[in-house]
Amino acid sequence: MSRPDVVVFDYGSGNLRSAQRALERAGADVTVTDDVAAAARATGLVVPGVGAFAACMAGLAAAGGHTLVTDRVARGAPVLGICVGAQVMFDAGDEHGVVTGGLGLLPGTVTRLSAERVPHMGWNTLDHDGLWLLDGVAPEERFYFVHSYAARPPIAGAEVATCDYGGPFVAVACRGPLSATQFHPEKSGRAGLALLSNWVRSL
Amino acid sequence: MRDRPPVTLGGMALAVRVIPCLDVDGGRVVKGVRFQDLRDAGDPVELAAAYDAAGADELTFLDVTASVDDRDTVFDVVARTAESVFIPLTVGGGVRTVDDVDRLLRAGADKVGVNTGAIARPELIGEVARRFGSQVLVLSLDVAADDSVPSGYTVTTHGGRTRTGLDAVTWAVQAEDLGAGELLLNSIDADGTKEGFDLPLIAAIREVVSIPVIASGGAGAVGDFPPAVAAGADAVLAASVFHFGQMSIGDVKAGLAEAGHVVR
Repeated sequence: MSRPDVVVFDYGSGNLRSAQRALERAGADVTVTDDVAAAARATGLVVPGVGAFAACMAGLAAAGGHTLVTDRVARGAPVLGICVGAQVMFDAGDEHGVVTGGLGLLPGTVTRLSAERVPHMGWNTLDHDGLWLLDGVAPEERFYFVHSYAARPPIAGAEVATCDYGGPFVAVACRGPLSATQFHPEKSGRAGLALLSNWVRSL
Repeated sequence: MRDRPPVTLGGMALAVRVIPCLDVDGGRVVKGVRFQDLRDAGDPVELAAAYDAAGADELTFLDVTASVDDRDTVFDVVARTAESVFIPLTVGGGVRTVDDVDRLLRAGADKVGVNTGAIARPELIGEVARRFGSQVLVLSLDVAADDSVPSGYTVTTHGGRTRTGLDAVTWAVQAEDLGAGELLLNSIDADGTKEGFDLPLIAAIREVVSIPVIASGGAGAVGDFPPAVAAGADAVLAASVFHFGQMSIGDVKAGLAEAGHVVR
Protein backbone atom coordinates (compact mmCIF):
# COMPACT_ATOMS: atom_id res chain seq x y z
CA MET A 1 0.00 0.00 0.00
CA SER A 2 1.37 3.39 -0.91
CA ARG A 3 1.90 6.04 1.68
CA PRO A 4 -0.18 9.17 1.04
CA ASP A 5 1.84 12.36 0.79
CA VAL A 6 1.11 14.94 3.46
CA VAL A 7 2.41 18.48 3.78
CA VAL A 8 2.74 20.13 7.19
CA PHE A 9 2.42 23.80 6.34
CA ASP A 10 5.29 25.77 7.89
CA TYR A 11 4.12 29.39 8.11
CA GLY A 12 5.92 30.43 11.27
CA SER A 13 7.92 28.85 13.98
CA GLY A 14 7.23 26.26 16.59
CA ASN A 15 7.56 22.52 16.96
CA LEU A 16 6.63 20.97 13.62
CA ARG A 17 8.99 18.03 13.96
CA SER A 18 6.65 16.16 16.31
CA ALA A 19 3.75 16.53 13.86
CA GLN A 20 5.97 15.32 11.04
CA ARG A 21 7.23 12.27 12.93
CA ALA A 22 3.80 11.34 14.29
CA LEU A 23 2.25 11.53 10.80
CA GLU A 24 5.08 9.38 9.45
CA ARG A 25 4.37 6.88 12.21
CA ALA A 26 0.71 7.03 11.16
CA GLY A 27 1.66 5.96 7.64
CA ALA A 28 2.18 9.16 5.63
CA ASP A 29 5.08 10.51 3.59
CA VAL A 30 5.52 13.91 5.18
CA THR A 31 7.09 17.15 3.99
CA VAL A 32 7.34 20.26 6.16
CA THR A 33 7.33 23.26 3.86
CA ASP A 34 6.11 26.81 3.30
CA ASP A 35 5.75 26.09 -0.43
CA VAL A 36 2.12 26.89 -1.21
CA ALA A 37 2.14 25.02 -4.53
CA ALA A 38 3.44 21.85 -2.88
CA ALA A 39 0.89 22.27 -0.09
CA ALA A 40 -1.89 22.66 -2.66
CA ARG A 41 -0.82 19.48 -4.51
CA ALA A 42 -0.37 17.26 -1.45
CA THR A 43 -2.94 14.53 -0.81
CA GLY A 44 -3.33 15.76 2.75
CA LEU A 45 -2.52 19.13 4.30
CA VAL A 46 -1.88 19.72 8.01
CA VAL A 47 -2.25 23.25 9.35
CA PRO A 48 -0.51 23.55 12.72
CA GLY A 49 -0.71 26.61 14.90
CA VAL A 50 0.26 27.88 18.32
CA GLY A 51 -0.04 31.20 20.13
CA ALA A 52 -2.69 33.81 19.54
CA PHE A 53 -5.54 33.52 17.03
CA ALA A 54 -4.82 36.92 15.47
CA ALA A 55 -1.08 36.25 15.12
CA CYS A 56 -1.77 32.82 13.68
CA MET A 57 -4.23 34.21 11.09
CA ALA A 58 -1.78 36.96 10.17
CA GLY A 59 1.02 34.43 9.73
CA LEU A 60 -1.18 32.14 7.69
CA ALA A 61 -2.37 34.97 5.43
CA ALA A 62 1.19 36.31 4.93
CA ALA A 63 2.32 32.85 3.82
CA GLY A 64 -0.53 32.48 1.32
CA GLY A 65 -2.23 29.94 3.54
CA HIS A 66 -5.65 31.61 3.54
CA THR A 67 -6.42 30.85 -0.13
CA LEU A 68 -4.50 27.58 0.06
CA VAL A 69 -6.77 26.15 2.75
CA THR A 70 -10.09 27.53 1.48
CA ASP A 71 -9.33 26.36 -2.09
CA ARG A 72 -8.44 22.88 -0.91
CA VAL A 73 -11.60 22.54 1.15
CA ALA A 74 -13.70 23.90 -1.76
CA ARG A 75 -12.41 21.17 -4.06
CA GLY A 76 -12.71 18.43 -1.43
CA ALA A 77 -8.99 18.02 -0.68
CA PRO A 78 -8.36 16.90 2.93
CA VAL A 79 -7.13 19.43 5.50
CA LEU A 80 -6.36 18.79 9.18
CA GLY A 81 -6.06 21.79 11.50
CA ILE A 82 -4.37 21.33 14.87
CA CYS A 83 -4.80 23.54 17.98
CA VAL A 84 -4.82 27.18 16.85
CA GLY A 85 -4.60 25.73 13.32
CA ALA A 86 -8.03 24.22 14.11
CA GLN A 87 -9.36 27.44 15.65
CA VAL A 88 -8.64 29.51 12.53
CA MET A 89 -11.00 27.25 10.53
CA PHE A 90 -13.92 28.93 12.35
CA ASP A 91 -15.61 32.22 11.41
CA ALA A 92 -13.75 34.30 13.97
CA GLY A 93 -11.72 34.43 17.16
CA ASP A 94 -12.50 36.75 20.08
CA GLU A 95 -9.47 37.56 22.21
CA HIS A 96 -9.94 40.14 24.96
CA GLY A 97 -12.83 41.65 22.98
CA VAL A 98 -10.80 41.94 19.78
CA VAL A 99 -12.54 39.91 17.08
CA THR A 100 -10.37 38.57 14.25
CA GLY A 101 -11.86 36.95 11.17
CA GLY A 102 -10.98 33.29 10.60
CA LEU A 103 -11.14 31.16 7.45
CA GLY A 104 -14.92 30.70 7.84
CA LEU A 105 -14.87 26.99 7.01
CA LEU A 106 -16.68 26.11 10.24
CA PRO A 107 -19.45 28.27 11.73
CA GLY A 108 -18.96 29.90 15.10
CA THR A 109 -16.56 32.04 17.08
CA VAL A 110 -13.62 30.87 19.15
CA THR A 111 -13.86 32.40 22.65
CA ARG A 112 -12.05 32.17 25.97
CA LEU A 113 -12.69 29.11 28.11
CA SER A 114 -14.92 29.87 31.08
CA ALA A 115 -12.99 27.69 33.56
CA GLU A 116 -11.25 29.60 36.31
CA ARG A 117 -7.93 27.88 35.77
CA VAL A 118 -6.80 28.73 32.26
CA PRO A 119 -4.97 27.60 30.12
CA HIS A 120 -6.52 24.16 29.96
CA MET A 121 -3.29 22.20 30.00
CA GLY A 122 -3.07 18.45 30.21
CA TRP A 123 -4.79 15.20 29.32
CA ASN A 124 -8.56 15.08 29.04
CA THR A 125 -11.30 12.80 27.72
CA LEU A 126 -13.71 13.29 24.82
CA ASP A 127 -17.45 12.82 24.37
CA HIS A 128 -18.69 11.89 20.92
CA ASP A 129 -21.19 9.81 19.06
CA GLY A 130 -18.99 7.56 16.93
CA LEU A 131 -16.91 10.13 15.07
CA TRP A 132 -14.91 8.42 12.28
CA LEU A 133 -11.68 10.19 13.20
CA LEU A 134 -11.87 8.51 16.63
CA ASP A 135 -12.49 4.96 15.35
CA GLY A 136 -10.74 2.46 17.58
CA VAL A 137 -10.06 5.00 20.34
CA ALA A 138 -11.47 3.77 23.66
CA PRO A 139 -13.77 6.21 25.52
CA GLU A 140 -11.39 6.46 28.48
CA GLU A 141 -8.42 7.45 26.30
CA ARG A 142 -7.09 10.96 26.91
CA PHE A 143 -5.70 13.60 24.57
CA TYR A 144 -3.22 16.36 25.32
CA PHE A 145 -4.67 19.88 25.35
CA VAL A 146 -3.00 23.23 25.81
CA HIS A 147 -5.21 26.21 25.02
CA SER A 148 -7.18 29.07 26.52
CA TYR A 149 -9.78 29.47 23.76
CA ALA A 150 -12.16 27.14 21.94
CA ALA A 151 -15.35 26.96 19.86
CA ARG A 152 -18.57 25.81 21.54
CA PRO A 153 -20.94 23.11 20.30
CA PRO A 154 -23.06 22.55 18.34
CA ILE A 155 -21.35 23.32 15.04
CA ALA A 156 -23.91 23.34 12.24
CA GLY A 157 -23.02 20.92 9.45
CA ALA A 158 -20.12 19.34 11.34
CA GLU A 159 -19.70 16.18 13.40
CA VAL A 160 -17.98 16.99 16.65
CA ALA A 161 -16.36 15.47 19.71
CA THR A 162 -16.51 17.65 22.81
CA CYS A 163 -14.42 17.99 25.92
CA ASP A 164 -15.60 19.48 29.21
CA TYR A 165 -13.50 22.14 30.89
CA GLY A 166 -15.63 24.84 32.48
CA GLY A 167 -18.38 23.66 30.10
CA PRO A 168 -18.35 21.72 26.85
CA PHE A 169 -16.17 22.92 23.99
CA VAL A 170 -15.35 21.56 20.54
CA ALA A 171 -12.38 19.18 20.74
CA VAL A 172 -12.78 17.70 17.24
CA ALA A 173 -14.82 18.94 14.29
CA CYS A 174 -15.18 17.10 10.97
CA ARG A 175 -16.97 18.55 7.98
CA GLY A 176 -16.40 17.03 4.56
CA PRO A 177 -12.69 17.23 3.72
CA LEU A 178 -11.98 19.38 6.78
CA SER A 179 -10.91 17.96 10.14
CA ALA A 180 -9.90 20.03 13.14
CA THR A 181 -8.59 19.02 16.56
CA GLN A 182 -8.25 21.44 19.48
CA PHE A 183 -5.82 19.05 21.19
CA HIS A 184 -2.43 17.99 19.87
CA PRO A 185 -2.77 14.48 18.37
CA GLU A 186 0.98 14.47 17.72
CA LYS A 187 1.51 14.84 21.48
CA SER A 188 -1.26 12.53 22.64
CA GLY A 189 0.63 9.25 22.73
CA ARG A 190 -1.07 6.18 21.29
CA ALA A 191 -4.53 7.79 21.26
CA GLY A 192 -3.18 10.61 19.10
CA LEU A 193 -1.39 8.19 16.79
CA ALA A 194 -4.65 6.26 16.36
CA LEU A 195 -6.45 9.46 15.34
CA LEU A 196 -3.69 10.41 12.90
CA SER A 197 -3.74 6.89 11.44
CA ASN A 198 -7.49 7.21 10.86
CA TRP A 199 -6.90 10.51 9.08
CA VAL A 200 -4.00 9.21 6.96
CA ARG A 201 -6.03 6.11 6.01
CA SER A 202 -8.85 8.38 4.81
CA LEU A 203 -6.54 10.12 2.32
CA MET B 1 -1.00 41.74 45.99
CA ARG B 2 -3.93 41.64 43.63
CA ASP B 3 -7.32 40.53 44.76
CA ARG B 4 -8.21 37.30 43.02
CA PRO B 5 -11.03 34.82 43.51
CA PRO B 6 -10.07 31.42 44.89
CA VAL B 7 -8.96 29.17 42.07
CA THR B 8 -10.93 26.03 41.42
CA LEU B 9 -10.45 23.47 38.72
CA GLY B 10 -12.88 24.14 35.89
CA GLY B 11 -13.28 20.59 34.63
CA MET B 12 -13.43 17.51 36.76
CA ALA B 13 -11.78 15.22 34.25
CA LEU B 14 -8.43 16.90 33.67
CA ALA B 15 -5.78 14.44 34.79
CA VAL B 16 -2.98 15.31 37.22
CA ARG B 17 0.24 15.11 35.22
CA VAL B 18 3.17 13.03 36.44
CA ILE B 19 6.45 14.26 34.94
CA PRO B 20 9.89 12.68 35.22
CA CYS B 21 12.83 15.08 34.88
CA LEU B 22 16.18 14.13 33.34
CA ASP B 23 19.33 16.16 33.89
CA VAL B 24 21.31 16.14 30.66
CA ASP B 25 24.98 17.15 30.38
CA GLY B 26 26.71 17.14 27.03
CA GLY B 27 23.96 14.93 25.61
CA ARG B 28 24.17 12.35 28.39
CA VAL B 29 21.98 11.78 31.43
CA VAL B 30 23.73 12.65 34.66
CA LYS B 31 22.93 11.42 38.18
CA GLY B 32 23.11 7.81 36.94
CA VAL B 33 19.82 6.27 36.17
CA ARG B 34 19.03 2.71 37.19
CA PHE B 35 16.41 1.53 34.80
CA GLN B 36 16.02 -2.08 33.85
CA ASP B 37 16.29 -3.34 30.31
CA LEU B 38 18.06 -0.34 28.87
CA ARG B 39 20.88 -0.81 26.43
CA ASP B 40 22.35 2.53 27.44
CA ALA B 41 21.16 4.02 30.72
CA GLY B 42 22.94 7.28 29.94
CA ASP B 43 21.04 7.92 26.72
CA PRO B 44 18.28 10.49 27.31
CA VAL B 45 16.44 9.34 24.20
CA GLU B 46 16.19 5.77 25.36
CA LEU B 47 15.13 6.87 28.82
CA ALA B 48 12.51 9.20 27.37
CA ALA B 49 11.02 6.28 25.45
CA ALA B 50 11.07 4.12 28.59
CA TYR B 51 9.24 6.78 30.62
CA ASP B 52 6.73 7.27 27.80
CA ALA B 53 6.04 3.53 27.83
CA ALA B 54 5.75 3.66 31.64
CA GLY B 55 2.92 6.20 31.39
CA ALA B 56 4.68 9.54 31.91
CA ASP B 57 2.36 12.40 30.94
CA GLU B 58 5.18 14.70 29.89
CA LEU B 59 8.96 14.72 29.99
CA THR B 60 11.35 17.41 31.15
CA PHE B 61 14.99 17.67 30.13
CA LEU B 62 17.10 20.01 32.19
CA ASP B 63 20.23 20.84 30.23
CA VAL B 64 23.00 21.34 32.77
CA THR B 65 25.78 21.48 30.18
CA ALA B 66 28.32 23.99 31.42
CA SER B 67 30.80 23.82 28.53
CA VAL B 68 29.93 26.21 25.72
CA ASP B 69 31.43 23.76 23.22
CA ASP B 70 28.90 21.10 24.21
CA ARG B 71 25.81 23.31 24.28
CA ASP B 72 24.55 22.17 20.89
CA THR B 73 24.28 18.57 22.10
CA VAL B 74 20.87 19.28 23.61
CA PHE B 75 19.37 20.08 20.21
CA ASP B 76 20.40 16.67 18.93
CA VAL B 77 18.93 14.99 22.02
CA VAL B 78 15.65 16.87 21.60
CA ALA B 79 15.48 16.08 17.88
CA ARG B 80 16.14 12.38 18.44
CA THR B 81 13.57 12.25 21.25
CA ALA B 82 10.92 13.85 19.04
CA GLU B 83 11.48 11.06 16.50
CA SER B 84 9.83 8.45 18.67
CA VAL B 85 8.26 9.96 21.79
CA PHE B 86 4.84 11.51 21.24
CA ILE B 87 4.14 13.20 24.57
CA PRO B 88 4.94 16.81 25.51
CA LEU B 89 8.59 17.61 26.02
CA THR B 90 9.87 20.56 28.05
CA VAL B 91 13.50 21.59 27.81
CA GLY B 92 15.13 24.00 30.23
CA GLY B 93 18.59 25.20 31.05
CA GLY B 94 20.53 28.17 29.76
CA VAL B 95 17.63 29.76 27.88
CA ARG B 96 18.34 33.48 27.62
CA THR B 97 16.84 34.74 24.35
CA VAL B 98 13.90 34.32 21.98
CA ASP B 99 16.32 32.68 19.53
CA ASP B 100 17.25 30.06 22.14
CA VAL B 101 13.54 29.26 22.45
CA ASP B 102 13.07 29.16 18.67
CA ARG B 103 15.93 26.68 18.24
CA LEU B 104 14.58 24.36 20.95
CA LEU B 105 11.05 24.44 19.52
CA ARG B 106 12.35 23.77 16.03
CA ALA B 107 14.38 20.86 17.34
CA GLY B 108 11.17 19.34 18.70
CA ALA B 109 10.56 20.77 22.18
CA ASP B 110 6.97 21.77 23.01
CA LYS B 111 7.75 23.98 25.97
CA VAL B 112 10.84 25.73 27.18
CA GLY B 113 11.81 26.20 30.80
CA VAL B 114 13.17 29.63 31.64
CA ASN B 115 14.75 30.46 34.97
CA THR B 116 17.77 32.73 35.44
CA GLY B 117 17.27 34.28 32.00
CA ALA B 118 13.90 35.69 33.11
CA ILE B 119 15.18 36.89 36.46
CA ALA B 120 17.95 38.79 34.70
CA ARG B 121 15.56 40.19 32.12
CA PRO B 122 11.83 39.74 32.92
CA GLU B 123 10.89 41.11 29.46
CA LEU B 124 12.07 37.78 28.06
CA ILE B 125 8.81 36.22 29.30
CA GLY B 126 6.67 38.62 27.26
CA GLU B 127 8.91 38.36 24.21
CA VAL B 128 8.61 34.58 24.17
CA ALA B 129 4.86 34.61 24.90
CA ARG B 130 4.13 37.08 22.09
CA ARG B 131 6.19 35.17 19.56
CA PHE B 132 5.22 31.57 20.38
CA GLY B 133 2.29 31.84 22.78
CA SER B 134 2.23 31.57 26.57
CA GLN B 135 1.89 27.80 26.41
CA VAL B 136 5.55 27.32 25.49
CA LEU B 137 6.91 29.22 28.47
CA VAL B 138 7.38 27.32 31.71
CA LEU B 139 8.81 29.69 34.28
CA SER B 140 11.00 27.74 36.65
CA LEU B 141 11.36 29.03 40.22
CA ASP B 142 13.98 27.62 42.58
CA VAL B 143 12.57 28.74 45.89
CA ALA B 144 14.02 28.82 49.41
CA ALA B 145 12.50 29.90 52.71
CA ASP B 146 13.67 33.41 53.60
CA ASP B 147 12.24 35.55 56.38
CA SER B 148 13.60 38.74 54.85
CA VAL B 149 10.90 38.83 52.15
CA PRO B 150 7.17 39.31 52.84
CA SER B 151 5.94 35.86 51.73
CA GLY B 152 8.78 34.08 53.52
CA TYR B 153 10.00 32.60 50.21
CA THR B 154 12.71 33.96 47.95
CA VAL B 155 13.81 33.02 44.46
CA THR B 156 17.31 31.57 44.18
CA THR B 157 19.72 30.88 41.33
CA HIS B 158 22.71 28.58 40.87
CA GLY B 159 20.99 25.62 42.49
CA GLY B 160 20.00 27.59 45.57
CA ARG B 161 23.44 29.00 46.30
CA THR B 162 22.52 32.55 45.31
CA ARG B 163 19.52 34.30 46.86
CA THR B 164 18.05 36.97 44.63
CA GLY B 165 16.01 38.70 47.34
CA LEU B 166 13.08 38.50 44.93
CA ASP B 167 9.88 37.48 46.71
CA ALA B 168 8.74 34.19 45.14
CA VAL B 169 5.04 35.01 45.44
CA THR B 170 5.48 38.47 43.90
CA TRP B 171 7.60 36.98 41.12
CA ALA B 172 4.99 34.29 40.35
CA VAL B 173 2.26 36.93 39.98
CA GLN B 174 4.51 39.11 37.82
CA ALA B 175 5.48 36.14 35.64
CA GLU B 176 1.83 35.28 34.99
CA ASP B 177 1.09 38.90 34.10
CA LEU B 178 4.07 38.97 31.74
CA GLY B 179 2.78 35.88 29.93
CA ALA B 180 4.21 32.74 31.53
CA GLY B 181 2.05 29.73 30.70
CA GLU B 182 3.00 27.52 33.59
CA LEU B 183 5.12 27.58 36.75
CA LEU B 184 7.62 24.91 37.73
CA LEU B 185 7.90 25.38 41.45
CA ASN B 186 11.00 23.75 42.87
CA SER B 187 11.63 23.90 46.59
CA ILE B 188 15.37 24.12 47.20
CA ASP B 189 14.79 23.34 50.89
CA ALA B 190 12.80 20.18 50.17
CA ASP B 191 14.85 19.06 47.15
CA GLY B 192 16.78 15.89 47.91
CA THR B 193 15.31 15.46 51.40
CA LYS B 194 12.74 12.87 50.29
CA GLU B 195 10.55 14.19 53.11
CA GLY B 196 7.74 15.38 50.90
CA PHE B 197 6.86 18.46 48.90
CA ASP B 198 6.85 21.95 50.43
CA LEU B 199 3.07 22.15 50.80
CA PRO B 200 2.81 25.71 52.24
CA LEU B 201 4.88 26.95 49.30
CA ILE B 202 2.60 25.22 46.76
CA ALA B 203 -0.48 26.64 48.49
CA ALA B 204 0.99 30.15 48.64
CA ILE B 205 1.71 30.20 44.90
CA ARG B 206 -1.57 28.48 43.98
CA GLU B 207 -3.46 31.20 45.80
CA VAL B 208 -2.08 33.99 43.61
CA VAL B 209 -1.87 32.51 40.10
CA SER B 210 -4.38 30.83 37.80
CA ILE B 211 -1.85 29.21 35.43
CA PRO B 212 -0.86 25.58 36.05
CA VAL B 213 1.65 24.87 38.83
CA ILE B 214 4.06 21.95 38.65
CA ALA B 215 5.34 20.93 42.07
CA SER B 216 8.92 19.73 42.37
CA GLY B 217 11.36 18.87 45.12
CA GLY B 218 11.10 16.54 48.08
CA ALA B 219 9.25 13.49 46.79
CA GLY B 220 10.42 10.40 48.63
CA ALA B 221 7.37 8.14 48.74
CA VAL B 222 4.19 7.50 46.78
CA GLY B 223 2.25 9.07 49.64
CA ASP B 224 4.04 12.41 49.14
CA PHE B 225 2.29 13.14 45.83
CA PRO B 226 -1.43 13.40 46.77
CA PRO B 227 -0.86 16.14 49.38
CA ALA B 228 0.98 18.23 46.74
CA VAL B 229 -2.04 17.99 44.47
CA ALA B 230 -4.38 18.75 47.36
CA ALA B 231 -2.26 21.85 48.10
CA GLY B 232 -2.89 23.05 44.56
CA ALA B 233 -0.39 21.44 42.18
CA ASP B 234 -1.70 20.59 38.69
CA ALA B 235 1.30 18.42 37.97
CA VAL B 236 4.07 16.74 39.94
CA LEU B 237 7.67 16.41 38.85
CA ALA B 238 10.36 14.16 40.26
CA ALA B 239 13.74 12.85 39.21
CA SER B 240 15.75 10.49 41.39
CA VAL B 241 12.85 8.51 42.87
CA PHE B 242 11.93 7.47 39.33
CA HIS B 243 15.47 7.07 38.03
CA PHE B 244 16.59 4.85 40.90
CA GLY B 245 13.48 2.70 40.60
CA GLN B 246 12.21 3.58 44.09
CA MET B 247 8.80 3.94 42.54
CA SER B 248 7.35 3.85 39.05
CA ILE B 249 5.17 6.37 37.27
CA GLY B 250 2.40 3.80 37.65
CA ASP B 251 2.91 3.61 41.42
CA VAL B 252 2.55 7.39 41.73
CA LYS B 253 -0.57 7.38 39.58
CA ALA B 254 -2.12 4.55 41.58
CA GLY B 255 -1.47 6.52 44.76
CA LEU B 256 -3.02 9.65 43.30
CA ALA B 257 -6.06 7.71 42.06
CA GLU B 258 -6.51 6.10 45.46
CA ALA B 259 -6.54 9.59 47.00
CA GLY B 260 -9.35 10.56 44.63
CA HIS B 261 -7.35 12.43 41.98
CA VAL B 262 -7.90 11.86 38.27
CA VAL B 263 -4.94 10.35 36.42
CA ARG B 264 -4.38 9.23 32.84
